Amino acid sequence: MATTTSNATPAAAEDGSPPPEVVRHGSAKGGWFRRTGLSHLVGILALAFSIFPILFVVSASLNPTGTLSSATLIPREVSLVNYQELFDGSFPRWFVNSLVIASLAAAISMLISACAAYAFSRFRFKGRRTGLMSLLLVQMFPQFLAIVAIYLIFAEITELWPVIGFNTSAGLILLYLGGALGVNTWLMKGFFDTIPKDLDESAKMDGATHFQVFFGIILPLVAPILAITGLLGFIGAINEFLIASIFLRQDESKTAAVGLYGMIADPLTKNAQFGEFAAGAVILAIPTVGLFMYLQRYIVGGLTAGAVKG
Amino acid sequence: MAGSTTSPPGRKASRFGLGADGTSSPLMLMIKIIGLAFITAVALWAALPLFRADNWLGLAVVAAVTGLAFYVYLSPRTVPMKYLLPGTLFLIAFQVVPVLYTVSTAFTNFGDGHRGTKEQAITAIEGASVKQVPDSTIYTLTLATDGDAATGDIVFLLSDPAAQESFVGTAEGLEPLEEGTFESPTPGGKITAADDYTVLTVPEVNARQDDITAFSVPTDDGAIKSQGLSAAFEGAPQQSYDEECDCITDATTGNVWEADAEEGSFVSQDGSQRNLAQGWKVNVGFDNFVRVFTNDTIRESFLRILVWNFAFAIGTVVITFGLGLLVALALNNPLMRGRTLYRSFIILPYAMPSIAMYLVWREMFNKDFGLINRILGTDINWFGSTASSMFAILLIQLWLGYNYMFLVITGALQSISSDLVEAAGVDGAKPFYAFRTITFPLLLVALAPLLITSFAFNFNNFTAIFLTSAGAPFPPDNPSAGSTDILITYTYRLAFGGSGADYGFAAAISVLIFLIVATVSIVSFRRTQALEEIN
Repeated sequence: MATTTSNATPAAAEDGSPPPEVVRHGSAKGGWFRRTGLSHLVGILALAFSIFPILFVVSASLNPTGTLSSATLIPREVSLVNYQELFDGSFPRWFVNSLVIASLAAAISMLISACAAYAFSRFRFKGRRTGLMSLLLVQMFPQFLAIVAIYLIFAEITELWPVIGFNTSAGLILLYLGGALGVNTWLMKGFFDTIPKDLDESAKMDGATHFQVFFGIILPLVAPILAITGLLGFIGAINEFLIASIFLRQDESKTAAVGLYGMIADPLTKNAQFGEFAAGAVILAIPTVGLFMYLQRYIVGGLTAGAVKG
Repeated sequence: MAGSTTSPPGRKASRFGLGADGTSSPLMLMIKIIGLAFITAVALWAALPLFRADNWLGLAVVAAVTGLAFYVYLSPRTVPMKYLLPGTLFLIAFQVVPVLYTVSTAFTNFGDGHRGTKEQAITAIEGASVKQVPDSTIYTLTLATDGDAATGDIVFLLSDPAAQESFVGTAEGLEPLEEGTFESPTPGGKITAADDYTVLTVPEVNARQDDITAFSVPTDDGAIKSQGLSAAFEGAPQQSYDEECDCITDATTGNVWEADAEEGSFVSQDGSQRNLAQGWKVNVGFDNFVRVFTNDTIRESFLRILVWNFAFAIGTVVITFGLGLLVALALNNPLMRGRTLYRSFIILPYAMPSIAMYLVWREMFNKDFGLINRILGTDINWFGSTASSMFAILLIQLWLGYNYMFLVITGALQSISSDLVEAAGVDGAKPFYAFRTITFPLLLVALAPLLITSFAFNFNNFTAIFLTSAGAPFPPDNPSAGSTDILITYTYRLAFGGSGADYGFAAAISVLIFLIVATVSIVSFRRTQALEEIN
């Protein structure tokens, strides 16, 4: 179990060699194993557990045979033939669809919920409490529980306005925006509340309008929470499967999630298709992992404020 | 618009208009004007098709929303609404309306066989009962659709070899095809192509077989039905509706079915025949909810699914929290080298697209080709028995979820003041005792809202089940309720599964799921007093 040292000298933190005279409390005295060995052991086990499915999918994507039965943890041969086949198929189209839908949906919903959070955090108005409570309640009725109703409503919309009907990215984005307020407003409001009100008061004294206060003062200060909601919205939309699979039926309009599912849906062909599927999974992971690494410094703080991966 | 005049910014702001809320710079005014112009453009674009379809209710809604938007953005008194309006409109259109629709559907028998009105049901029954009679006209048939081959409405392209005429038959009726808009080898021969219609290939015909069998073209004497893939006949209906007795009579057998307004079906008069398959949509009150608790098969599977659903959601939270806590405590050791490196790799699964990773895990558990059986040297059908299927699902959940818990616990641990723990240490408390009595309770308090949200999320974690076990294994006596199904995957199968859609019942279960999740969440939020902080 972790030792509960008060603080360590920088030298001790730098290298694991027996630290110089450090005054410590409790039972932290002891050999190397006692101090950090157990930590390393847990760390290595956790790391192995985290890594091995990822290793498997990367290795399967490089496996020239391209079947599930020949895929191993460490590739025996390396070739890019699966990637080549993948890019000759519909995948590039699906991937672009996914990126467009996810980034637009994430960006717009971030803006919408930031606006709402600003209103809830900075203004006192009739129905504010009711509004906040109903948001919490609506959020508990996830959109996909209403999937049958959504299907029937969009059947009507497709008749009237085909541009935002079934098989269009625009329609799916609009649909995702319906969930924007419920998911993020509470999280953002909490963060907005931590920014001192004196800031906007003094700006208002100087003649700034509420619009200038919002864009000029508040938004730059809440950048971390914007990053978090943007990232979570993006990951959520990339991973959304249920609504997209019902909404997008034509091959060219599918997102990568729906397309990849279809690749190995048939039990007869999935063994042969697995290499190509794995290559698709690796490519789909690039934007989310990249964004995640890029925004990592914001993430711990933002998550603790109450977000859940969608 | 009433307030389109801009007033110069003075000490007293105008009551209504572009500059009413103190906006005075030209740039801001331009933004406002462009925004309002955009709203007007969208409203006009949305209104045109509604106008063409004579949808006056829709037009009224568009007008009301547009009016509201103009009022909110021009009035100085509606500042909070200026920020809330866009999100609220989306919320109402794509979340609140579908939810209300779902709730109202839960009180109907809507589903396969109960889709439309009673009139539509009668037309369909009469059309389906059309039989060939001795003097029926026989047409040469080409199957086609109006629009896309997979989703468009079925149409019959018909040619009458005797009269050398060609027709198009739709659900509305029979119309002659004009010369030059279609191709056929001989006058009155089989049509090979036609403008505005997509001729179906054999595989496409096979895919739409059910639609084609159910389709008929109404005519004055009866209806035209297909007979095989390349012929159609005009026949007279055998079953016909009589308004006087509000019943359907079969001309050949003499059976009578009476309309039952409560069930939305035609019920056999003497009980000797089954109800007609085609019915109509009626309100059934609380029947769908009552069925969940009174029908033995449904009640049994519902309760079994509910228990596993709770075990799944709570289990996921507990194991991910447990492992996350262990790893976070281990890595929270300032003496340890390479902590950042460990951390980056351990949280990697959280950044991977979960949809793809669920599928990868499913294939790793594949019985014949999967990595896990190969490594262990076993031949286990992981999704073949209830226990192993549950084990596999929870392991996958652990892999996908513990990283997140690790992250938030690490964050929380850093924010918990070390003074208390140190003080306990000075007083002679053992580290574990200090952890159990000080750190752990503080952690729980800090993370309780997160744990509740995580529970609510996993309670309806459709992809976690659908993409892995898909509910398997299924008990032999009930193929619609699998042993590892949770309520949402069960609902999905009821609504979209192979054995006939039952939207009304599926909607009723959706409402029950909502009630359960909402109750659990509200009760636990209240207990942690997270809600008390609203001010």
